[in-house]
Amino acid sequence: MKGYRKYFLNKLLWFLVTFVFAFLLNFVLPRLMPGDPVAAIVARLAQGMSNTTGVQAIYQQYADLFGTNRPMLEQFFIYMKNVLHGNFGYSFSQYPRTVADTLKSAIWWTVCLQFPAIIVGWLIGNTLGALAAYLKKGFDKLLMPVSIFVSNFPAFGMAVILMVVFGVGLKWFPTSGGYGFDLIPSFRWSFIWSVIIHYQLPFWSIVLIAIGGQAIGMRSMSIYELNADYVKYSRFLGIKDWKIVGYVFRNAMLPQVTGLALSIGTMVGGALVAEIIFSYPGLGTTLLHAVMGQDYPLISASTLIITVMVLIANFTIEILYGFIDPRIKAAQSD
Amino acid sequence: MKHTLRQVFHSGKFVTGFSIFMALLLIVIVYPLIVKGAPLAIISQGTFLPPGIYVSAFDSINSPTTYTLMLDDAAAKRIANKLSNDDRLAMKEWLVSDGIPETEIDITDTAILLDLWGKNFDPTRQFPGMTFAKVQYYRRLDASLEGLLSTEGVTIAAQNPQTGALEQIVTIKQSDYVNLNNVANVRVLLLGTDNFGRDVLTELVKATGVSLQLGLVAGIIATLIGLTLGLLGGYIGGWVDDVIMFITNMFTVIPGIVLLILISFSIGQEKRGVVTIAVVIGFTAWVWTARAVRSQVISLRNRDHVNLSKLSGHSIVHIIATDILPYIASYVVMAFILQIASAILAEANLSILGLGPRTTELPTLGLMMNWAMIYQAQILGKWWAYFPVIVAIALITFSMNLMNTGLDQVFNPALRD
Repeated sequence: MKGYRKYFLNKLLWFLVTFVFAFLLNFVLPRLMPGDPVAAIVARLAQGMSNTTGVQAIYQQYADLFGTNRPMLEQFFIYMKNVLHGNFGYSFSQYPRTVADTLKSAIWWTVCLQFPAIIVGWLIGNTLGALAAYLKKGFDKLLMPVSIFVSNFPAFGMAVILMVVFGVGLKWFPTSGGYGFDLIPSFRWSFIWSVIIHYQLPFWSIVLIAIGGQAIGMRSMSIYELNADYVKYSRFLGIKDWKIVGYVFRNAMLPQVTGLALSIGTMVGGALVAEIIFSYPGLGTTLLHAVMGQDYPLISASTLIITVMVLIANFTIEILYGFIDPRIKAAQSD
Repeated sequence: MKHTLRQVFHSGKFVTGFSIFMALLLIVIVYPLIVKGAPLAIISQGTFLPPGIYVSAFDSINSPTTYTLMLDDAAAKRIANKLSNDDRLAMKEWLVSDGIPETEIDITDTAILLDLWGKNFDPTRQFPGMTFAKVQYYRRLDASLEGLLSTEGVTIAAQNPQTGALEQIVTIKQSDYVNLNNVANVRVLLLGTDNFGRDVLTELVKATGVSLQLGLVAGIIATLIGLTLGLLGGYIGGWVDDVIMFITNMFTVIPGIVLLILISFSIGQEKRGVVTIAVVIGFTAWVWTARAVRSQVISLRNRDHVNLSKLSGHSIVHIIATDILPYIASYVVMAFILQIASAILAEANLSILGLGPRTTELPTLGLMMNWAMIYQAQILGKWWAYFPVIVAIALITFSMNLMNTGLDQVFNPALRD
């Protein structure tokens, strides 16, 4: 267990350092933006006002409220303190709503949509890839070109096509939103059903994209392993085929787990755009509105949350990997 | 070198990918030579004109010669064009409500249907349960049907500027035809127009070209940074490697799209040109190349030929250039191809978020997608505004990945079929 603790602490430290770095980037980059967002809000509010002192007073009030008139370093400490309290300030575009309020529900829509979809896509993709490597012939010939094509398909393209075919054309599923526009969130059956049918198209568009890439990776990994010396040796020893296949796929699986940890960031990026296409009430759509409204507290909070979600997912996979791969334990106890 | 190239071009996957890519490139280069005109010129009023051949009605009337063609099916086609299937079903519905047995009505036989309609339809009649809109619809339908079976021509008149009276210029008979070659203004819009009324095909070809250039610039930047960092980290090792790996690992975990969003937003709307976006994408995409190059270099670092070179007193630059680079060249080329493809995808993702290049002269594939989405082309069924764009992006990335897979199989014998 000692080996694991070292591994775990190592990963945790790494996770924290990355988090601090991401946090810094998140704070600094949007604040480098030219132009004054407070001035934009005031211009909107003060439309048709001719009293310049009045406009000045409004400007001052908002600048104090958002803290944009203080030095950068001071803003940073205020921001850090506020974020630790879960307070991301006010949204510029949806004032007087707070950013935390805007994001609170969006996070859950995104988490419930993207992570199950990525995991399901990963599982299906790996199974198909392993089958292609083992069965070869026709199945491989069919699966490979399809996988290559699908994995290169842009995520939004898949979303649009699913939407046009199943939403607009066949009318099997609704085309936008997370639930029917005429419903109020509650635990009634009609609401749950509405959520389920709104879930299908975004979910499958993310799954389909994930399948292709994973299948290709798993296929080459499995082919590598199937040609390895230990497989030939086991065959000479007369070990049963299914048992060898079990070993082979377990070994081929390991790089795929690390691959998932590394590519989860990219996948989330694609999935955010898929959310936008379906106007799914998650972080992707929130980001779109934030960008359109030049709303930097909202952008910075959304990107921070996305980064944290990806970091946590990554960390979890790394920890799980430590338990699956015996080599990790061996390496740590040296 | 020659042998390697021959081997590469024997790989079916590579050749397929290469052909698709070259075909795209050829279209991008040749099309503007044939079809001249600004790619973003607004040529139509109204949005989303469907694909087809547009013939000037004015010029057809004023065509110098008209021809007479006696075609038997002309009248039938004319009626069929005016009377859609929905209209026929609606007519049947009215007639059935009027009390005519359903078996007597055959909506495929236009003559009988019109005959029944003419005898029975009464615009003042109202059936219980029929909405006012529906009643109006039947009145409009009836009005448009009048004269459908007549054989008289149409008279074209012009207003006399002095008296204001209408004077007949020409009478057009139903059997009059013009040759398309005699009509002064014919415009072929193979993919219709977009939400701003611009020719989608011309725009798409230009956008493909711009996106490829953007991918190229981003790919070169990403590959150069990745190659440099990978070589330094892998060959020199020690604390240099530690620092480089620290940064690389950090940027691997932080999602690329988050960095792209933050940086493009920070640059601000005015300064966000195509080149800027390409540079930003390049600066956020080098991570994978750096990792791949580094691990290759580490496995090469202690080979005999490298050690020999070291013992002979060659400089680091010389060793890297002659003993390391040739061995990883194939990997770098493959990584470069993938970088181009992923940069084009990154631009598209960014543009859909509204953070793409802000330009009024140059379209990109992502921007075209963004415009189509904003104007809800997918809901309105205007497939020509978004589908060709998706196909173009998919073809580019597909061809590049095929080339990459082909190269991989050539340089990596374990993956060969």
